[in-house]
Amino acid sequence: MEVRGLTKRFGDLTAVDDVTFDLFPGEILGILGPNGAGKTTLIQLLLHVLTPTAGRIYVFGLDLDRHREAILSRVNFSSAYVSMPSSLTVRENLQVFARLYQVSPAPERIAHLLKLLEIDDLAAKITGTLSSGQITRLCLAKALLNEPRILFLDEPTASLDPDIADKTRRLLRRLRDETGMAVVYTSHNMKEMEELCDRLLFLSKGRVLASGTPTALRDRFRGGTLEEVYLKVVRGEA
Amino acid sequence: MALSRIVALLQRHLYLYKRSLARLMEIFYWPLLDLLVWGYVTVYLAQMPGALPFVAAFLLGAMILWDILYRSQQGISISLLEEIWSRNLLNLFVSPLRPGEFLAAMMALSIFKLSTAAAVTVTLAWLIYSFDFFMMGLYLVPFVVNLVVLGWAIGIVTAALILRYGQKAEVLAWGLTFLFQPVSAVFYPVSVLPGWLQEIARYIPAAHVFEGMREVIAHGRVAEEHLLWAFALNGAYVAGSLIYFYHVFRSVRERGLLLRVGE
Ligand SMILES: Nc1ncnc2c1ncn2[C@@H]1O[C@H](COP(=O)(O)OP(=O)(O)OP(=O)(O)O)[C@@H](O)[C@H]1O
Ligand SMILES: [Mg+2]
Repeated sequence: MEVRGLTKRFGDLTAVDDVTFDLFPGEILGILGPNGAGKTTLIQLLLHVLTPTAGRIYVFGLDLDRHREAILSRVNFSSAYVSMPSSLTVRENLQVFARLYQVSPAPERIAHLLKLLEIDDLAAKITGTLSSGQITRLCLAKALLNEPRILFLDEPTASLDPDIADKTRRLLRRLRDETGMAVVYTSHNMKEMEELCDRLLFLSKGRVLASGTPTALRDRFRGGTLEEVYLKVVRGEA
Repeated sequence: MALSRIVALLQRHLYLYKRSLARLMEIFYWPLLDLLVWGYVTVYLAQMPGALPFVAAFLLGAMILWDILYRSQQGISISLLEEIWSRNLLNLFVSPLRPGEFLAAMMALSIFKLSTAAAVTVTLAWLIYSFDFFMMGLYLVPFVVNLVVLGWAIGIVTAALILRYGQKAEVLAWGLTFLFQPVSAVFYPVSVLPGWLQEIARYIPAAHVFEGMREVIAHGRVAEEHLLWAFALNGAYVAGSLIYFYHVFRSVRERGLLLRVGE
């Protein structure tokens, strides 16, 4: 994926300001920055649910604006701020999305993902009765249904317990290793970002302040941990 | 258009009705109560000395046809609300689903909802009041088609308003069709309206359907003019509603409301 000069304004506010970066196959890219930095806005732009004010997005070498359908059928998304129809069972919800993404054979894929996310015992449960962490895992299963080449995750681990969050990160790494899936990931958990991401993009007020591997950033900003680097960068001490 | 994506959305809503007794009730509750109230009103009116001829048929037929229009509109706008309530809208629109496929699925769903409800009311009207809805014969086809299509047009506009204005516009999902009721001449002929309202009624597709309905019940035939007007107006209504919907959809992608209404 190539992003060039991407800008989004809401009236006077510039939520994403001239952002340029590349995402390579199999790469896990972390986007971090304070509240309101433009992380969610950036992801919405990359998913074609927001129209950019300026700039270009190419995915798989195709212009996102002209090849929306082809691109969206090969990427997916999950976040703490989306959910799923609460009256349907876990399996029914996955069946609906499998059809939406034209996944086949759907039953096998669904069974596989239920196991992978350790929610196979919840398959027949009504979604509305799940805990928020269980719903998060269901949403992740949905996001993996179409074997995406790029997975966009906006604060996906917000409601997961440490054990499941850790398992989820391992799973993402494993899928990346096995399938070459790329991941765009946001989180406010610096330890998580440090551990998971190959490369980080620091956003503040819509601008890219710094980018690089976690190690490179630590060296550059002379921080012992990513958290220290983060504080230095956002407080302008660097 | 991908059929499988339309079927996926239909499946989602049919699962919902299978699971939710409250929503299933909602399909039958109002038509059933309307039928009872209007049914006994007609029984009473028919007993009065000098009662109007066909009063029962006029009122019961009108009630059933009106409900078809109302369900058709709701099939679209309530289904959109369901996605908003379950914070699912963003999931749908980050998939390859097109807005047109979304609308097509909602239209199909509205046919399912209104035919289920109509089957029940038509049967009950016949059992309780010996009212034969099918006395209108083949004229029912253009009548029903026109009401369903008008319902879609109103439903699409409602959906657009909900996307644009969020919760503030939710109430329209239940109310907007009723704005058309006074000038649709559902329970009385257009001729009883004051002149300026008659003028408006001329441009309401439903008014031509209900005028037609009374003609066919009373005389066994309908002036072709009414059917032609109904079809022509509906064509314009649907075209207008689609243009408005796509316009709003584009502006929603500009303003980023798709994410907000999902919250
Ligand atoms: N639809 C919108 N209309 C107007 N302003 C918006 C809209 N969406 C986002 N913004 C503004 O754009 C800026 C960036 O918001 P965004 O949600 O992208 O931040 P974020 O980095 O995801 O923050 P957080 O860490 O809190 O999730 C904020 O100032 C926000 O108020
Ligand atoms: Mg955010």
